Amino acid sequence: MSLDRSDVEKIAHLARLQLDDADIPEYAQHLSNILALVDQMQAADTSALEPMANPHDASQRLRADAVTEQNQREALQANAPATENGLFLVPKVIE
Amino acid sequence: MQWETVIGLEIHCQLATESKIFSGASTAFGAEPNTQACAVDLALPGTLPVFNEKALEMAVKFGLAIDAEIGKKSVFDRKNYFYPDLPKGYQTSQLAHPIVGPGHVDIQLDDGTTKRIGVTRAHLEEDAGKSLHEDFHGMSGIDLNRAGTPLIEIVSEPDIRSAKEAVAYAKKIHAIVTALGISDGDMSQGSFRCDVNVSIRPKGQDEFGTRTETKNLNSFKFMEDAIKLEVERQIDVLEDGGTIVQETRLYNGDTKVARSMRSKEEANDYRYFPCPDLLPVMIDDDYIDAIRATLPELPDARLARFKEQYGLSDYDAGILAAYGSMASYFETAVDACGDAKLAANWLLGEVSKYLNTAGIEIDASPVSAEALGGLLVRIKDNTISGNIAKKVFDAMWNGEGSADEVIEAKGLKQVTDSGAIEAIVDQVIAGATPQVEQYKAAEPDKRGKMLGFFMGQVMKASGGKANPGQVNQILKKKLDALCD
Amino acid sequence: MHTQTLAELSLGLANGDFSSQELTQTYLTRIEQLDGQYNSFITVTAEQALAQATAADARRAAGDATALTGIPIAHKDIFCTQGVRTSCGSRMLDNFIAPYDATVIEKFNAAGAVSLGKTNMDEFAMGSSNESSFYGAVKNPWNPDCVPGGSSGGSAAVIAARLAPGATGTDTGGSIRQPAALCGITGIKPTYGRVSRYGMIAYASSLDQGGPMAQTAEDCALLLNCMAGFDPKDSTSIDRTVPDYSASLNDSLDGLKIGLPKEYFSDAVDSRIASAVQAAIKELEALGATVKEISLPNTELCIPSYYVLAPAEASSNLSRFDGVRYGYRCDNPADLEDLYKRSRGEGFGAEVKRRIMIGAYALSAGYYDAYYLKAQKIRRLIKQDFVAALNDVDLILGPTTPHPAFKIGEKNADPVSMYLEDIFTLSVNLAGLPGLSMPVGFADGLPVGLQLIGNYWDEARLLNVAHRYQQATDWHQQAPKGI
Repeated sequence: MSLDRSDVEKIAHLARLQLDDADIPEYAQHLSNILALVDQMQAADTSALEPMANPHDASQRLRADAVTEQNQREALQANAPATENGLFLVPKVIE
Repeated sequence: MQWETVIGLEIHCQLATESKIFSGASTAFGAEPNTQACAVDLALPGTLPVFNEKALEMAVKFGLAIDAEIGKKSVFDRKNYFYPDLPKGYQTSQLAHPIVGPGHVDIQLDDGTTKRIGVTRAHLEEDAGKSLHEDFHGMSGIDLNRAGTPLIEIVSEPDIRSAKEAVAYAKKIHAIVTALGISDGDMSQGSFRCDVNVSIRPKGQDEFGTRTETKNLNSFKFMEDAIKLEVERQIDVLEDGGTIVQETRLYNGDTKVARSMRSKEEANDYRYFPCPDLLPVMIDDDYIDAIRATLPELPDARLARFKEQYGLSDYDAGILAAYGSMASYFETAVDACGDAKLAANWLLGEVSKYLNTAGIEIDASPVSAEALGGLLVRIKDNTISGNIAKKVFDAMWNGEGSADEVIEAKGLKQVTDSGAIEAIVDQVIAGATPQVEQYKAAEPDKRGKMLGFFMGQVMKASGGKANPGQVNQILKKKLDALCD
Repeated sequence: MHTQTLAELSLGLANGDFSSQELTQTYLTRIEQLDGQYNSFITVTAEQALAQATAADARRAAGDATALTGIPIAHKDIFCTQGVRTSCGSRMLDNFIAPYDATVIEKFNAAGAVSLGKTNMDEFAMGSSNESSFYGAVKNPWNPDCVPGGSSGGSAAVIAARLAPGATGTDTGGSIRQPAALCGITGIKPTYGRVSRYGMIAYASSLDQGGPMAQTAEDCALLLNCMAGFDPKDSTSIDRTVPDYSASLNDSLDGLKIGLPKEYFSDAVDSRIASAVQAAIKELEALGATVKEISLPNTELCIPSYYVLAPAEASSNLSRFDGVRYGYRCDNPADLEDLYKRSRGEGFGAEVKRRIMIGAYALSAGYYDAYYLKAQKIRRLIKQDFVAALNDVDLILGPTTPHPAFKIGEKNADPVSMYLEDIFTLSVNLAGLPGLSMPVGFADGLPVGLQLIGNYWDEARLLNVAHRYQQATDWHQQAPKGI
């Protein structure tokens, strides 16, 4: 699988990554190389196998329904790039 | 051309847990912005989710209530997209293995028949935060208090054929989730949000038309209006030779206008995959049976019982049985007064009138079910008349005490002593010579009508307290004696 | 003091030979004088370290000391540390002061350990050379022209240069074991689920696992005793009793069955590494172990499988870095889209962007089955191979890496050339097994690492074997010139 410029642009958009125009050919090359490596999987016969998402066949543990967290807005917003009246600010959201 | 409407609903219902689905932050509504958004809700680096047992229990309850298959292995997936109210950049949801599989609910149609609506699935997911669009120097403000609130998304089959049916279905789901106590169902606060998929097709055609989705209808009225509007729009488009575009539309209940949401540049590619921070949720029959044992009586069963046990009409039972709070108020009042018909009449009449005027629900009524029962007892034992009872109820509503206290304080006890009534009657007859003369002059079969005047005078003179039946009887006897 | 092992220092503190304040000051001074050469720290927290040392001394005086009370250690900058920058080696988090402690950090604090600071790492733990750090490459103390390995390269260099007696690392595809091998130290990646991931910034959630790095297996046991254990805040943490890893270090190796996968002894392995590993096998046999050849037939498939699964999880895990609530935000975003794209485009380095894109691609519509699902099936295949092999032998042994440390810049032209170096370590993460790397010799002055892979939850055995080996040899005592 080889990726061209427009493939890279599409994926970068999906992942919301701005790439420098000049870097795109190199990304295309590197990503194509990685996909060539990845494509070695296709030779393996996996028809009898269940996909494995986690090393253990464990199941989800349940948490009691209790409020354990108190308001820590000030501490948690200390890293925020822009806040006002306790809200995180972003460029206008248009629906 | 005759068109057929095809409707499917997606209902997002907030579960009434104390804490969030994957964190220990509170789910209470109305807090200051971001004061209920903890490190996990804010998706701080390194934070991880742990699943709330109550959310699971509530989802299973819902599944059992709609007679659905329960997913013994359900899996949380990540739905990836970027949006400022979605802190992790993905929503934790369930795609391939939902907690609730196919089920159904029955709705009552106007013609008295019942129609079964299929529920495709219901899955657990987390709610997003809110974007506030008022102007912050041209920016939007993000409040993540709601982020992580547990939801079940209930997806119906496209079995619904009209706006009325859609509302009946949504109301039935609403009645079920509130009866189960798994949601407060408050539509104005967004606890119960309906998205409606609407398409039309020529009558008789099997194939579905292109559908549109109208989002976030926050009242049943808006939902009905929005569907009617959308159906009309689609008919207009198709009859003008146009085509329906698959799109998401927003309905504004105030202006009664819907508009297409800004079209997205490309189709969403959500890149769903199983969330590696959560493991499969495994439940067994014992777990399911234990929850089944806790299920309360559901609205359909209660409706049947009310008709059977209390002899109520379809209409009365329908209103009294639909919601748990009304139903239990009714039953408590019946227990207190021993007369279901009387209790039903009062609940659907006077009590409803006061609730509507005050704009409150039955559980906020200042007159408790026991107190109402106490009032009805006094009607039944002839302590007061129905008319006086309305006065007493008004006083009770205004916090002036129990029925007996009000009757006592205001001296409203009915006069049943026939001697006392005869004295008042004699007084009235003595003071109304012209009317007595007219009565005497009238044909015997017209006299009944003329009795009304004397009744009014006697009741007035007694301050409304004389027993109307006795007054009637004594008046008739005395006047007729004068005529002989 | 700095040449001693962590266990020796623990004893010294217990005996009152020196105070934690003296010990901490010794290491802080070394860091100040020497780390300019290695670039192994991103942040040094001298003031906090001395305050912790003072508290540790008081605690010891009160008779309440643990084995780690007063011991200075360094933490990979992937663990959130309250009030201290936690950068994950990225411009994205250069300004991020963590408002909470990772569970691992809480545990070390509770034990009274002293934190010297945060170590350099590949950006978001994506790399095998520590060259992708926003803070610059780390130099291998054995040869400053060479990489220390990655992604826990800073922690490995810190141990090799004796800038701390112990450090934390994380391992998603070899990120503890490979730098341990390249820097001549000991490191263990525990069984998946043994050490809490809460507060450990996620790269690939189903593969990430924290673990200790130190000079010796004995030191690693002391550190793992503190790190390991169930955490209710991590759904993937497993509730299972943690043994005392120090207690079994001296157990006999008589009758120990070691499997040698023929795929790990191919011609692709540097001959100097092969001979060092062979010598170590002889040593273990002398200690009572028996060896036999086994096969892990799908070894080669672990690289493609890993490079689908890890980037797929990463592409989603790293979506939270969007310039809204914390971290890097681009200047003057024109609109929301611009905010996302430029904050992420400018905040992430090239390798991170590559992996995010590979992951997003593998999960996207039309490719999910062929890439993601296929990779998950191969993951099962690889686990099955290990499970079958470990039915037959007690542990599996081979080289940690096919080559010794390479030159800085040598493998930058093609990322795939670097990915291939991880062939012996990736599969262990895919299976979720514990793996340990320890030094067993040199290849022209560069350390050689040997990997032991154990059964699930069998960390104690790996540490026991490594400890017995280290009792009989002195490779682990070798230090770079001038240290």
